[in-house]
Amino acid sequence: MIAPGFLTTVQDLGRFGWTHFGISASGAADALALRAANLLVGNAENAPALEMTLAGGEFQFEGDAVVALTGADFGAGLPLFTSMPVRSGQTLRYGPSRNGARAYLSVRGGLDVPMVMGSASVHVMTGVGGRPLRKGDVLAIGEAHVRRPRPPARNVPQYVPRTALRVTPGPQAAWFGGDLYLGSYAVSEESNRMGIRLKGPALANPGGHMITEGVPLGAIQVPPDGQPIVLFVEHQTTGGYPKPANVISADFWRLGQMRPRDEVRFERVTMEGAIELLREQEEWLYSL
Amino acid sequence: MTIRAASDRSLLVSFGEAISWGAHQRVRRAVQSLHGVRGILNLHPAYTSVLVDFDPHLLDHGQAERLISRILEAHREDAAPPDRVVEVPVSFGGEAGPDLPDVARHTGFSAERVIELFTHAEYVVYFVGFSTCFPYLGGLPPELATPRLSAPRKHVPVGSVAIGGPQAGIYPIASPGGWRLIGRTSMRLFDPAATPPPVLRMGDRVRFVAEGRA
Repeated sequence: MIAPGFLTTVQDLGRFGWTHFGISASGAADALALRAANLLVGNAENAPALEMTLAGGEFQFEGDAVVALTGADFGAGLPLFTSMPVRSGQTLRYGPSRNGARAYLSVRGGLDVPMVMGSASVHVMTGVGGRPLRKGDVLAIGEAHVRRPRPPARNVPQYVPRTALRVTPGPQAAWFGGDLYLGSYAVSEESNRMGIRLKGPALANPGGHMITEGVPLGAIQVPPDGQPIVLFVEHQTTGGYPKPANVISADFWRLGQMRPRDEVRFERVTMEGAIELLREQEEWLYSL
Repeated sequence: MTIRAASDRSLLVSFGEAISWGAHQRVRRAVQSLHGVRGILNLHPAYTSVLVDFDPHLLDHGQAERLISRILEAHREDAAPPDRVVEVPVSFGGEAGPDLPDVARHTGFSAERVIELFTHAEYVVYFVGFSTCFPYLGGLPPELATPRLSAPRKHVPVGSVAIGGPQAGIYPIASPGGWRLIGRTSMRLFDPAATPPPVLRMGDRVRFVAEGRA
């Protein structure tokens, strides 16, 4: 690791089975891009790989390897969603993002890093699973590949500054009118892997009595100031703010690619529609 | 009991709207019986409810609901695990508990009396949540209830013992927080390098022991 970039961490698909101790799953912010990166180099889809945020780092390879770069275009000057060889001594240099918020670098065989509670994912806020990478860190490449590298992906996701997030009703949907679906919101600079803060027309908060309850990934919670927060991969496990809606699973990857000042709208879909959209997304992964 | 969808991959199982020992026992039993079941990925217990995250590739909402109902029914009579009592040493006041004077002012007691009342009570860990092993404690003497700060602190030191409205809690990691800090414990509730179970678990009984005043 010659330069770490803005925030570079090891991620897989997350740590499951610990929320009753207050530890959320964490995992890749754009799991779709991470899974694609792994599948393209012939890894299992949940192999540990690198996640970069907003600006990427510089990496020197001390041996021959096969890599894939997926997610947003961080100006590495190499084809995206394509597995390719790198030679010993070669340097891979990323710059600032040109479209989305996150880029992934997978290595054939996976990163050989310690697992904590069954996952290699770094939970940045708590330090579970390790810490963000620093200059001088050396990462070992594993041998956990399962098939040959695949041909370049087609129909890859597009990262755009205006996003429509599809949602299903949240547990307190009846407390709110349809205001959430009228305006558009800007992604705040204060967003991180714990939550994506939005700025826009304040939602009338009915302020009813609510007992703290469990909160799922993608929950849209409305604090007293009426500015919605979308709970993200490192979210708290319980919360006391009402939730009018929840982002659908098929759009979680979009949350990981939203940049500060991007524009967001919300669109309602049915529960059945949400599941159907998730199935379609899986079809694309099977094509890799 | 009610079960309703919270998202396209979760159900909220609720045992009523009132915080009570009975509801807590049902939450505890639900976590015990649903943990590790195929297709169920995560459980988020709270005062009177459990959020169940399921794998949408294995289960739809109807199947998940039937699975949960069947398991909870089968374990309806399960005995709770044996109680554990955990003593937590606390250094009260001073730099360790900067809000102790505010709590004294709000409740009308002297700081010494606040400490006395606080350490004479027995607490129960209703659930562990928020971020990383934060124990939500019931059992605070009602006369010690003190509202949260109007603006949360950016940095609450690890081990801070705090009052938030009618609840008490301990900060397992340094984090932002809006509860009133009355002391600090040297007990480490969370070690990021260690695999839980954490020191304090749901259902544990807790006693605070004064280590002297800072």
